[in-house]
Amino acid sequence: MSDYLVTGIELAYLTAAALFIVGLKQLGSPATARQGNVIAGVGMLIAIAATLLDRSILNYQTIFVGIVIGSLIGAITAEKVEMTAMPQMVGIFNGVGGAASALVAVGEFWRLLKSTGTVPLDATIIAILGILIGGVTFTGSVMAFAKLQELVTGAPVTFPLQQPFNLLLLISFLVGSGYLIFDPTNLTIFLILVGISLILGVMFVLPIGGADMPVVVSLLNSFSGLAASAAGFILANNMLIVAGALVGASGIILTEIMCKAMNRSLTNVLFSAFGSDGTSVAGAMGAQQDKVVRSVDPEEGAMMLGYARSVVIVPGYGMAVAQAQHGVRELAAQLEKMGVEVKYAIHPVAGRMPGHMNVLLAEANVPYTQLYDMDDINPDFDRTDVALIIGANDVVNPAARHDTSSPIYGMPILDVDKAQHTIVIKRSMRTGFAGVDNELFYKDKTLMLFGSAQDVVAQLVSQVKELSN
Amino acid sequence: MSQELLTGLVVFVLASFVGFEVINKVPPTLHTPLMSGSNAISGISIVGALLVMGSKDWNLVTILGFIAVILATINVVGGFWVTDRMLQMFKKKEVKA
Repeated sequence: MSDYLVTGIELAYLTAAALFIVGLKQLGSPATARQGNVIAGVGMLIAIAATLLDRSILNYQTIFVGIVIGSLIGAITAEKVEMTAMPQMVGIFNGVGGAASALVAVGEFWRLLKSTGTVPLDATIIAILGILIGGVTFTGSVMAFAKLQELVTGAPVTFPLQQPFNLLLLISFLVGSGYLIFDPTNLTIFLILVGISLILGVMFVLPIGGADMPVVVSLLNSFSGLAASAAGFILANNMLIVAGALVGASGIILTEIMCKAMNRSLTNVLFSAFGSDGTSVAGAMGAQQDKVVRSVDPEEGAMMLGYARSVVIVPGYGMAVAQAQHGVRELAAQLEKMGVEVKYAIHPVAGRMPGHMNVLLAEANVPYTQLYDMDDINPDFDRTDVALIIGANDVVNPAARHDTSSPIYGMPILDVDKAQHTIVIKRSMRTGFAGVDNELFYKDKTLMLFGSAQDVVAQLVSQVKELSN
Repeated sequence: MSQELLTGLVVFVLASFVGFEVINKVPPTLHTPLMSGSNAISGISIVGALLVMGSKDWNLVTILGFIAVILATINVVGGFWVTDRMLQMFKKKEVKA
């Protein structure tokens, strides 16, 4: 009888794993994405239900309480969160997942130690790996969350002897691991290893700038999968191993896509703070202080837009923060009424994650067909009358094409400076997320329209309306 | 190396390849929902958490397991929920377009 049960659980796991794969596959296509998410969710439900049938589980009441508490917290945060805060939301969910995996590793190690008095070699090694990956995922994600939420500075944080310090941490971790493998009963060493893992997560994210956080979140997403896999190895549970590996692999791919979009290698993203970038940024900023900026008022801006043949709107994170996307859609509708061809240019890292801007515009009901990816829209700028930039900055900075001293040099950008005119809606001359001054603002063809995105767009809408009357 | 560990490794490597293949060629539009959806799947550590906290009497292991169950559930429920919220918006727009 119990054999049937074990087989049944394994088969349920197999079903769940298959559903995860189908779900992930369907998440990759716009038409089936929502269904894919549901399918993966069903897979998770099956996996949990099957696990609860396991004979070793006797503690149903407490488990029920735990699941209810977790579900409430998860559902409420997921329902309340603003779409603009999505990167930090994914980041923090990541963190709790990593923490859960690390706790599983700690718990199982402890259980083995208490029940048998010692821990087999392979279990020790896997437990160490699980704690390292899970711990780094946890504190790293919390750090990323704090940076994105601007609870701590978004700028890279460096201090003297940082690298030797990190190296020392790593070496102590390795030495400690060796010691634990030799003597698994040494709890002090075990706890020290847990502590070092947690510190390593913080040290890993600390020197990375806020603009690169999406890459970090994506990489940590991959880590959280690997942490789940490691927990699976300790428990000899294939369900955990498969699901963890799927997430680990997909997270790596996504991370790579993001790095490519910024034309940087992963190592460059992770370790560039240790270069000498700081001084060159300061130099470039000083040099541009005496340049002239042209500004327009909304009336003139509306005139330029209304009598243009083609307008390309370049939305950035600033637009989303100002909640101007609904106004932007209305502006586009008004312009189209006047016979203007309107397109949206979406940079791969517009917003703070790849695809983040698409979500934000979708929320405002902007038609899918008007959104163009960078590679599709760039050749069009030559023939564009007005490029309207709303709250975007670094992704339209021409310095990325030619200024080798700029920290964003080499990042593919939207060639808005090739349009006949460029109108930039911006609150002030403050720098973007990367902390770099934008030479686009000082060009002859560029007109600055100062003000909060929401107000300015509303004024543009009413002015364009008047034009068409 | 134990038989269990060996099987685990085989499963791990093959599943990784599946992960790579499945994700290839995803339009940028879907990167954010995909990241959040796969993040929810990594909440599978809830299975491990359940197994760890299984025993009836309270001790350190059960307490660790209990915390892990709560955290993993947040990851699972929150992850799938928020992904659905995002994808719902795409749906709405497709109807309009």
